[in-house]
Amino acid sequence: MADVAAAPRIARVLGHPLAELPPDLFIPPEALEVFLDAFEGPLDLLLYLIRKHNVDVLDIPMSELTRQYLAYVDMMHVHQLELAAEYLVMAAWLIDIKSRLLLPRREECIEVEVDPRAELARRLLEYERIKHVARQLASFPWRGRDFAVVQVAVAARPAAPLPAVRPDDLARVWQSLCKQPQAAQHHHVSRERLSVREQMSQVLRWLPTHGFIEFHRLFERGGGAAAAIVTFLAVLELAKEGRVTITQQEAYTLVYVQRNRPVTDD
Amino acid sequence: MTNVQEIKQVLETVLLAASEPLPVGAMKNLFDHPLGTDVLRKVLEELRQDWRGRGVELVDVASGWRFQTRPGYQKYLDRLNPEKPPRYSRAALETLAIIAYRQPVTRGDIEDIRGVVVSSQILKTLEERGWIETIGHREVPGRPTLYVTTRLFLDDLGLRALEELPLLPEIPPLESRL
Repeated sequence: MADVAAAPRIARVLGHPLAELPPDLFIPPEALEVFLDAFEGPLDLLLYLIRKHNVDVLDIPMSELTRQYLAYVDMMHVHQLELAAEYLVMAAWLIDIKSRLLLPRREECIEVEVDPRAELARRLLEYERIKHVARQLASFPWRGRDFAVVQVAVAARPAAPLPAVRPDDLARVWQSLCKQPQAAQHHHVSRERLSVREQMSQVLRWLPTHGFIEFHRLFERGGGAAAAIVTFLAVLELAKEGRVTITQQEAYTLVYVQRNRPVTDD
Repeated sequence: MTNVQEIKQVLETVLLAASEPLPVGAMKNLFDHPLGTDVLRKVLEELRQDWRGRGVELVDVASGWRFQTRPGYQKYLDRLNPEKPPRYSRAALETLAIIAYRQPVTRGDIEDIRGVVVSSQILKTLEERGWIETIGHREVPGRPTLYVTTRLFLDDLGLRALEELPLLPEIPPLESRL
């Protein structure tokens, strides 16, 4: 490591220090990081190297490809890029294939022996096909990106049907309200004034100590319909309690109300 | 109701009002006397023709028939709603392509083809999109999960079936050359 300062070393390739970039590695080191981001892994990088040099995938020059691949991997090391383990596995595999090719073949085995590069070629081609269709898929029109589903909004029906109100109905109701100003007024009568129990005392006060009073005269003191009803109820209540007696000689004749004589309590 | 014009208008109305693609079976039974499939298809084709040259088109996808905007008009829709959907990375697209073409596949299958580890985030993103789903496990040691694409994936790409995916490029016969 002592010679680092002396000669700017870019990488160590196959054990040899690399003082300058190989001319066929055209990616400047500064751009390497960005460049490597563009690769989806070792297969992608290999495919790139192969296509760049216009090499037949089915007849890969292993030593050249391995040299280039390792140059990239070493540069990644030098630039301390986080190197995915897959890149190293691939490096080992490439070296393995290369060394197998160097071994002399025995003549009698040549028919059955499989080219050590076959599996690499198969994987490269398979990956290249997927890359190709992935690009095609990306160029398809996608819902949300390239088109939207068209739907006419139909208002949902409420769960329970609600009554309909027509403008005519509203007008009629309003008119009849306007015709009853008194009725409307009586709604302001307070609860206390209309208390049946209170009115019972009042009715008793109105009744003479002895003798009758004509029933209709109890209703001559005004107060409207609501007051009349309360008075009526008060009279009925008094009759029920035995405090008054209501009498009528014949049907359709006058009704009289009479105070009862106190029985025990008074 | 035998009048073709009336049938067409009924179909147009329900297709526009439907929130999901309408399957042929559902449309056949809309009428007092259920329509024959060939009659229905013929009317739908006519309806599709009627909408030619407009910004909206009638299409036939995996789940049924639906109206959608033509791709050329998306940029105007985007201006109404300027939030741009994020793009899928190449890794995501390649993963999707592998699942689409090689399904059912395990993570390991995907990694074999791509030569790199598949990030869980990518599978999660595609699953959340509703484009892929798991359909059990491969009965091998470790019982890895099997992934397939969904019908929504076909619908969203405007496809009726997986067979409509673009053909994979021919692979040259390996053994004869090596």
